Amino acid sequence: MIPSKKRGNGWFNVFVLPALIIFSIVVLVPFVIGICYSFVSWDGLVMHKPQFVGMTNYAKLFHDARFGQSAIHTIQFTVVAVLAINILGLLLALMVTSSLKINAVARTMFFMPNLIGGLILGYIWRFILSDAFKAIGERTGMTSIFFNWLLDPHAALVSLVVVITWQMAGYVMIIYITGIQSVPDEVMEAAVIDGATGWKRFFRIELPLIMPSVTICTFYSLSNCFKIYDINLSLTGGGPGVSTEMFAMNIYNEIFSYNNYGYGQAKAIMFFLLVAAVSLTQVVLTKRKEVQL
Amino acid sequence: MTTRRKVGRFVASLLILALGLCFLFPLYIMVANSLKNRAQLYADPVALPTTALWGNYTEAMEKMNFLRSFANSLLITIISVALIVFFSSMCAWMITRTGDRKSKGIYFLFVATMLIPFQTLMMPLVQMMKWSRQFLGIPVLNTYHGIVFLYIGFGMSMAVFLFSGFVKSIPISLEEAATLDGCSVWGVFWRVVFPMLTPTTMTVIILDIIWIWNDYLLPSLVLNNKALRTIPLSTSSFFGVFTIQWNQAMAGLTLAIIPVVIFYFSAQKYIIKGVTAGAVK
Repeated sequence: MIPSKKRGNGWFNVFVLPALIIFSIVVLVPFVIGICYSFVSWDGLVMHKPQFVGMTNYAKLFHDARFGQSAIHTIQFTVVAVLAINILGLLLALMVTSSLKINAVARTMFFMPNLIGGLILGYIWRFILSDAFKAIGERTGMTSIFFNWLLDPHAALVSLVVVITWQMAGYVMIIYITGIQSVPDEVMEAAVIDGATGWKRFFRIELPLIMPSVTICTFYSLSNCFKIYDINLSLTGGGPGVSTEMFAMNIYNEIFSYNNYGYGQAKAIMFFLLVAAVSLTQVVLTKRKEVQL
Repeated sequence: MTTRRKVGRFVASLLILALGLCFLFPLYIMVANSLKNRAQLYADPVALPTTALWGNYTEAMEKMNFLRSFANSLLITIISVALIVFFSSMCAWMITRTGDRKSKGIYFLFVATMLIPFQTLMMPLVQMMKWSRQFLGIPVLNTYHGIVFLYIGFGMSMAVFLFSGFVKSIPISLEEAATLDGCSVWGVFWRVVFPMLTPTTMTVIILDIIWIWNDYLLPSLVLNNKALRTIPLSTSSFFGVFTIQWNQAMAGLTLAIIPVVIFYFSAQKYIIKGVTAGAVK
């Protein structure tokens, strides 16, 4: 028994340590170092020593108007985008779960944008929403819709919602399809016999049964919208001005553009706490609403 | 009745198809304008090009150094994904089968850190990459091995989580039988267990290919050298501080998307399955 256990321990290390060591160097160690950096003031230059400033960086966060603005914009964007993604995704899923032959093709089409990276999607839409929209407006005279969306602060924020919805609706659709298909036919038939029609059947019976999918999709879209960076960078670049600068971009700029390494890192730690809090609450809240058959 | 139903189904199919085409309209805009000259592009961005200007593509290829970026993306993605699968499957199997407190602690560590956004780690990582060169003499910035190492680290959590879930569902008896037949632990894993993990291996491969191929922020911090740029990094060469040449940029973006489209159509079944499995767990 003892030799086999000893051998087992050796094998344990062979199998587990490589993964654990690489993971620690790339994730755990920077996380701890990051916490330390959030308590110093430093401009990132090697010849300057970081100064310990305690909680000052965190206190400063609450008086930073630009950070506050970016927090408000991120929350506005996230709420609208999560609703848009999930409503569109669910509608698409309901549409393509009938027995039509075209559905396989339709799913392929709706899922397509999801495979293209946010950066490239953002660039494509940047052309459409700025120069193309302006050209169409000038040609057709419909300048109230077709103007350069990216030069207007509100329209630019809406643009971000449009692009991320276009990217993620197909993804949540796939998850909703799995949910819808797992609802047993007998349940739906029984509902029809009991006289539940159309909307009632959907809201009272189908929706509660696909709540697990709703949890997954909301969780996924929420954390993705909250952490948006690539689309933000390529579509609006945070502009006009800083009116669409989201959390992630604000942190990046604070550190690498303004060289406030310590303060920027404090923002980054705050960002982590927010992401963790939002994700965990959301899971707890939606789990309660799930119905077991 | 049946004819009426048939007509109804036909109309519904047409409507769904039309909606699907509308959904892909931005991609049409991209391709159509990639073949126009400046004047045509601004005259009517929605119209088809009158004559196809393939020259935009040769210019775009040169500007983004397409073949080199494509090779870089391919190399980095394939090696990273292969190593993620290699290390994470071994680790997940071992900690799941051992199941003691230490293993559970390690599992918890992997899963809990999935909540950490990349922005929280990026600045310390950049510092560590500088220290690695300065104090250990190991260059990380602007190296293939550097970025691959980082991808393995970042990919580990999700992969261990997925493999662990699957290992729990396969019976242990086969492994015991193989051990009794004199198979070493290494042999048991690679000959008996790993082949059974194939569905999850496919899921991990698909999810990680999509992630690494499209990733922008991490390579932008690690690969400053133009010769090492991946495809997402190279597309930014069309969007400098000067006026954007949209026809050329659209040609470049089309080139960037072609590999993704080919991948999608050749592995569609696995992609849909992989994405679903990855999300539902």
